[in-house]
Amino acid sequence: MKAARFDLHLAADAAEAVRHLQGDDAKPVAGSQSLGPMLNLRLARPGLLVDVTRCAELRAVTEEAEDVLYGAALTHAEFEDGALPDATPGWLAPIARRIAYRAVRNRGTIGGSIAHADPAADWVATMTGLGASVRILGPEGARELPMAEFVTGALSTALGPDEIVTAIRLPRRGPEARWSYWKFCRKVGEFAKASACVLADPARDEYRVLAAAIERAPVALPDPRALIEGRADPREAVEAALPFLSPERRALQATATSRALAALETGVPA
Amino acid sequence: MNIPRQGVGAPVRRLEDDRYLEGRGRFAGDIRMPGMLEVAFLRSPVAHAGLRGVAKPEGAAHQVFTAADLEGVRGIRADSGLPGFRSSVQPVLAADRIRHVNEPVAACVAPSRAEAEDLAEATGLDLDILPAVHDMLKARDPDAPLLHDGWEENVFLESGFEQGFEAASADAAIRIRRQYRTSRQCMSPMEGRGVVAYVDEQADQLVVITSTQMPHIVRNGLAECLGIDQGRIRVIAPDVGGGFGYKGILLAEEVMLGWLALKLRRPVRWIEDRREQLAGNANCREHWYDITGYASADGRLLAVECEAIVDSGAYSAYPFSACLEAAQVASILPGPYKMDGFRCRTWSVATNKPAILPYRGVARTGVCFAMELMMDELARGIGMEPAEFRRRNLVTGSEMPFVNITNKIFDSGDYVEALDRSLAALDLPALRARQARGEPDGRHLGVGISIFCEQGAHGTSVYSGWGIPMVPGFEQATARMTPDGGLELRVGVQSHGQSLETTLAQIANEVLGVDPAKVKLVHGDTALTPYSTGTWGSRCIVMAGGAVATACEELAERAKKIAGTLLQADPDAIVLGNGEARGPSGSVTLAEIGSVWYHRPQDLPEGVDPAGLEATKGYKTVRDTGTFSYACHTAVVLVDPGTGAVEIEDYRITEDGGVLVNPMVVDGQVWGGAVQGIGTALYEEMPYDSEGQPLSTTLAEYLLPGAAEAPSIPIAHMETPSPISRFGQKGIGESGAIGPPAAIGNAVNDALRAFGAAIDQVPITPERVMAALARGERA
Repeated sequence: MKAARFDLHLAADAAEAVRHLQGDDAKPVAGSQSLGPMLNLRLARPGLLVDVTRCAELRAVTEEAEDVLYGAALTHAEFEDGALPDATPGWLAPIARRIAYRAVRNRGTIGGSIAHADPAADWVATMTGLGASVRILGPEGARELPMAEFVTGALSTALGPDEIVTAIRLPRRGPEARWSYWKFCRKVGEFAKASACVLADPARDEYRVLAAAIERAPVALPDPRALIEGRADPREAVEAALPFLSPERRALQATATSRALAALETGVPA
Repeated sequence: MNIPRQGVGAPVRRLEDDRYLEGRGRFAGDIRMPGMLEVAFLRSPVAHAGLRGVAKPEGAAHQVFTAADLEGVRGIRADSGLPGFRSSVQPVLAADRIRHVNEPVAACVAPSRAEAEDLAEATGLDLDILPAVHDMLKARDPDAPLLHDGWEENVFLESGFEQGFEAASADAAIRIRRQYRTSRQCMSPMEGRGVVAYVDEQADQLVVITSTQMPHIVRNGLAECLGIDQGRIRVIAPDVGGGFGYKGILLAEEVMLGWLALKLRRPVRWIEDRREQLAGNANCREHWYDITGYASADGRLLAVECEAIVDSGAYSAYPFSACLEAAQVASILPGPYKMDGFRCRTWSVATNKPAILPYRGVARTGVCFAMELMMDELARGIGMEPAEFRRRNLVTGSEMPFVNITNKIFDSGDYVEALDRSLAALDLPALRARQARGEPDGRHLGVGISIFCEQGAHGTSVYSGWGIPMVPGFEQATARMTPDGGLELRVGVQSHGQSLETTLAQIANEVLGVDPAKVKLVHGDTALTPYSTGTWGSRCIVMAGGAVATACEELAERAKKIAGTLLQADPDAIVLGNGEARGPSGSVTLAEIGSVWYHRPQDLPEGVDPAGLEATKGYKTVRDTGTFSYACHTAVVLVDPGTGAVEIEDYRITEDGGVLVNPMVVDGQVWGGAVQGIGTALYEEMPYDSEGQPLSTTLAEYLLPGAAEAPSIPIAHMETPSPISRFGQKGIGESGAIGPPAAIGNAVNDALRAFGAAIDQVPITPERVMAALARGERA
């Protein structure tokens, strides 16, 4: 299990990284926690890897009045350790803490996870749930897409082959906002078999109940306020919104949604 | 001077720990030699095919080797002498037929592994794809494709045992029939296999350094396959990072590396990667049972009837053969129970999968699962608490030694006492009350028990009966006192996690009084150690321990004679202990005794034994039918009906390993085994699709229990001495891995019973629990 031959370029900044991605055969890489195994199994065989972890702007945190921008090459461990300012009332570290294993978190990055778009990935679910958007740099310049438009399917995004994710923009959440994230894993550190997140932010009038780890992009359930306020049955909502899942996966998803909603109610972090 | 006891029974800290914990061990992967080449294998992408040709990459004929190059090399053959056994030959490289995915077809040699893999990728295969036998239950179908020429059906061996069945089962009040299945697993030691081979020109020897449990057996196999004299082969096991049975076989890769070293006259190395281990090599455990239990209304187990199939894969693995597992099922299924009737038929079937290999517990883990789930069903059937039903049918302490229905001789112990101690720790009435109340979070509580005995250190009479290529005889050890009063022990077994460097030193201390820190264990090298079948079958502490004690006793007599001269005392009046020989009026240190023999022979007495301070002795147990350790495992689980998840809330073990040479080491062995058993129970599974493709080819799919999945497991020890071993010790190495699937399976079924649901297969995945609940609902 050794990778096929490839060249490696260590990009000094984001613009240089984008320039090196112009060939057909180039791919950006950050923590290499998803791409690395694919290379070693020879399932991915790029001729050139462009390492973006040395780009200063991808390692930066920018605090704005309404949002915080997180550089794409910040690691899960940096979120877990509270080394970064949190746009939320302390929700990010518990999410990061439960991503895979510490060795993976030491190297894996938030931007890499989102760009890889594994449907069961924690950042894919939670950044969609938290209403984040993705800053992208390409040969035509910078652009920004909401998570819900960025992730287009399983392992599929709106990112062009010559573009990179530079940052994740996360709206600030006040103390009255509530959040829960519940996932089901066979064992600690494995990818989720089902997950759900719930956001209730009255100050911004933003409510969301999201079903994730469903082998495609996360799905926001309709009428989230009715679900959050207990006026609608989460099982029925899941049945209606996720007809493509097998009955077994749908039942598991209903459990995830119910438990995420219950965790929001009790305030117990899930 | 107050020296803490360091002999048999003392929890001495492991002498090997410093080396391992500080990363100073030397494993196959740590070995680099000048001019060494790396080897990658081109492996079959399909399960069953005719091999019409192999196209080497252009210009790489001297780097890529196929079966056509291996002139004079014989395939690996492990026949059993049991009547009706069908023989298979496992080719070192597939020649004209491929019988499982990832079977080696070509060996590619290059300066780096990546380049060797490039060569493998560029090598072409011309295949004539054949239908695959992927399911052991269909392997015997009349229209199933046959794996081996000349066979009438895909069966290595059909075996059976019957005693008193018709009479004992005739008047049963209750008869329950169930089908159970254990999934195929892959043994996953921290270190996979690895081989370095080179030619030692000075010694005129092929040297094969290999991550093995049995260097001497590997040498036998290499000599047979390569057709060269044993004296021209040296096999060395370096530090070995766990084995569990996976390193108790001869690998085709070992033969191939030996051939390459001889051919190229350069060092070659192959380090197995996880994909090779998972998807091509380390298969084990896949059993199916159709079992019927018969009981009386007052709770007596009357009889058991069973048909069992073991998926043996494509080849008979060397040296244990393809039938050891299934044939054992027929002899050990009755477990620790008394019964008057037993009938069992088993089939070792051939399929297009890698050969099944003996994994810690071998057949016992599956047998225990089938038998113990049946015991619970029978108990429920007659309305009795499963623990009580067991109590009424276990062999009791007063019946020991006991010859059971399949003529196994249980040497000692009190199985009922083990059950009672487990129950006392569990507080079953409180758990039943809690179960009746229900859990606040909606999960379902279940309690499960498993109890079993484990035959260890079984010897000549048992294995000569199997007629396999390897029969253990006298186990030997060499004890040699050094001039400074230290001790070298040489044994042919191999320590790969068993702590033998410590425990054998403790035994030497017990006999000679030598400080364990001054004992050097030499093992894992055919050039330096007496012949041994190696480390398997929970045999080392009994057999190598007994051999070390016997050699040390001989040495003690000789040392006492020398000491007697120095002390002017009768040697019989001298006692060895705390590093010295003490007579009625004074003492000399072992160092002084050593010094006299080696440095000052002029001071030796007349008539001293010229054999000196070095002795090789052989040892057998009083009776070679094995020690029987036993254990009772209890599991309390919480089953989540929303997800199917099983949480182990409490797990306990009462264990009787006879006299414990080092209780701390035994705890480690039992814990490690139990966590592997939890893997069998809840996580590990290697499924194959209908084309014979393995589906869990990385650790992302093949789930192993990790630290977070390992509960804290209290172990209560009983120490009933074995009457057949030197110190009363019993083999304990496999025990932990046997009980968990049964205890956890019974606990899950106890939780599911209220819903009319039950599981019948391990691992107990969330999907299987949800499916069982759905079946229960429909019923």
